[in-house]
Amino acid sequence: MRMNEAWKKKHNAEIRPGTTITGKWHGKRYVIKKKLGEGAIGSVYLCEVNGREKALKISDNRTSMTVEVNVLKSLGKVQGNRLGPSLLDVDDWISPFGTAYTFYVMEYLKGEPLSSFIQRNGSEWLGVFMLQLLDDLERLHASGWVFGDLKTENLLVLHAPPRVRWIDVGGTTQIGRAIKEYTEFYDRGYWKMGSRKAEPSYDLFAFVMIFLNIYYPKRFDKGLEPEKTLLKRLHDVKPLRPYIVPLKKALQGKYASSAEMKKELMLIFYQAQKRTNLRKNRRKESMPHFFTEVIGITVIAIGYYLFSLLL
Amino acid sequence: MKKGTLKQILLITDGCSNKGEDPSATAGLAYEQGITVNVIGILEDDASQQPDGLQEVEDIALSGGGVSQLVYKKALSQTVQMVTKQAMTQTLQGFVNKELKQILGPEKSLEEMEPEKRGEIMEVVEDMGETCDLEVLVLIDTSASMTDKLPTVKEALIDLSISLNARIGRNRFSIFRFPGKQQDMEKVFDWSPRLDDISTIFPGLTSGGITPTGPAIREAIYQFGRKSLMRSLRHENERGMEEEA
Repeated sequence: MRMNEAWKKKHNAEIRPGTTITGKWHGKRYVIKKKLGEGAIGSVYLCEVNGREKALKISDNRTSMTVEVNVLKSLGKVQGNRLGPSLLDVDDWISPFGTAYTFYVMEYLKGEPLSSFIQRNGSEWLGVFMLQLLDDLERLHASGWVFGDLKTENLLVLHAPPRVRWIDVGGTTQIGRAIKEYTEFYDRGYWKMGSRKAEPSYDLFAFVMIFLNIYYPKRFDKGLEPEKTLLKRLHDVKPLRPYIVPLKKALQGKYASSAEMKKELMLIFYQAQKRTNLRKNRRKESMPHFFTEVIGITVIAIGYYLFSLLL
Repeated sequence: MKKGTLKQILLITDGCSNKGEDPSATAGLAYEQGITVNVIGILEDDASQQPDGLQEVEDIALSGGGVSQLVYKKALSQTVQMVTKQAMTQTLQGFVNKELKQILGPEKSLEEMEPEKRGEIMEVVEDMGETCDLEVLVLIDTSASMTDKLPTVKEALIDLSISLNARIGRNRFSIFRFPGKQQDMEKVFDWSPRLDDISTIFPGLTSGGITPTGPAIREAIYQFGRKSLMRSLRHENERGMEEEA
């Protein structure tokens, strides 16, 4: 088996906007509109079927594709908010040149990257997304899985109300096994801060790296003392200061579950709120406008968070 | 079901062999004896395209039933663990395919199956990959041009041990270099479940001149054979890895 770039080139030559992909087993026809992204295993395209837009992932690596489909199917069985995109079809396609591909079709999620959302709307949204992500992780872990390749590229913020969603669940691994897929920057093994065993704390490490990545878009090297480098970089990000204690604990693998981490984060929100209230009472007359605004933002943030729970 | 041990040779090189028999032929020999040969070809940082000599990398892996990949130094860690895992899946899938053909007839393979069934079978392959025991004999080219790449190779091997030791199945690694001081190949690290403490052996690994890839692979096959022979002699007292139910 060759793993070089050759297949990607072939891929790009055979699948272009306008190409119709017809399933060998189920016979559905998908018209390719444009490429949405490219990963280690395959490419994702925007396609149209019966006038509706869907996302289609295609690859000539049957093995890995089949494993991904198995994961998507298992996640579909988890109760509550959908954890990944919902799976609509799985099939094979033989190209006119005779190449055998495997593809699957998912719902098309439209949104924007986490970092650009934070840049546009401000860091008061950090807390909301942290809680949303921890909720999802908690449910995923409770059903026996670990996300594995948790990274900024695999997340999208959907609008109205803003809700962070996972768009690629290919690395999801059963708890207790070896992590299937990872990206060095987000991998605690790379930072020499833990094993590559699939356990909740593996995801919580990557969780912190997601928020660091917002402020270090070019990422950074581990240096000679990886843990020291990491903690220093974390400390240098001002918007993350309020959450630094739980974030640090997550990096050091001190939380056994997302619920535990979420509880401590909630406490921080609560205390910040209490402090604001106290100051507000004390200096009610002097700066009413400013504090109303701060409380307003917090209320909105928590409101959005609660609202997103209902979806 | 009896749990088996997968055997792999992981060849790490940056150029073409220039002594002894054709390495593709010895890799074929290894494959015949149930040992998969994977090859990593390290590219020079300034190489814009693949040098001709590295075609050999692909050929060796092809006849050795394994996986090959050309890679820049920077991406070595991630590539080494990926190639090893991919080769495991490939080998296990080969076993499963053979079984399927025996049960369902010669035209039935994983590829000819509808996606739903394929999914169930891949779950079995994944389970096997997670739980099987694995032996990796690392064969490092230590000819002069490799000198500046060896620290990265060391990092990548430690990383490989982190990845594989996260599995449920057991692992054994050993490291050989070629050329050796006297022979074509020389042991630098004996069979061990971990590679954490290999740092000490790496300084001063380079030697000069020739690259006897073919003879080194042949020697590696012998080392595997020797290991199972010793194990079967000791079997009365100890539990061998292959015998575990």
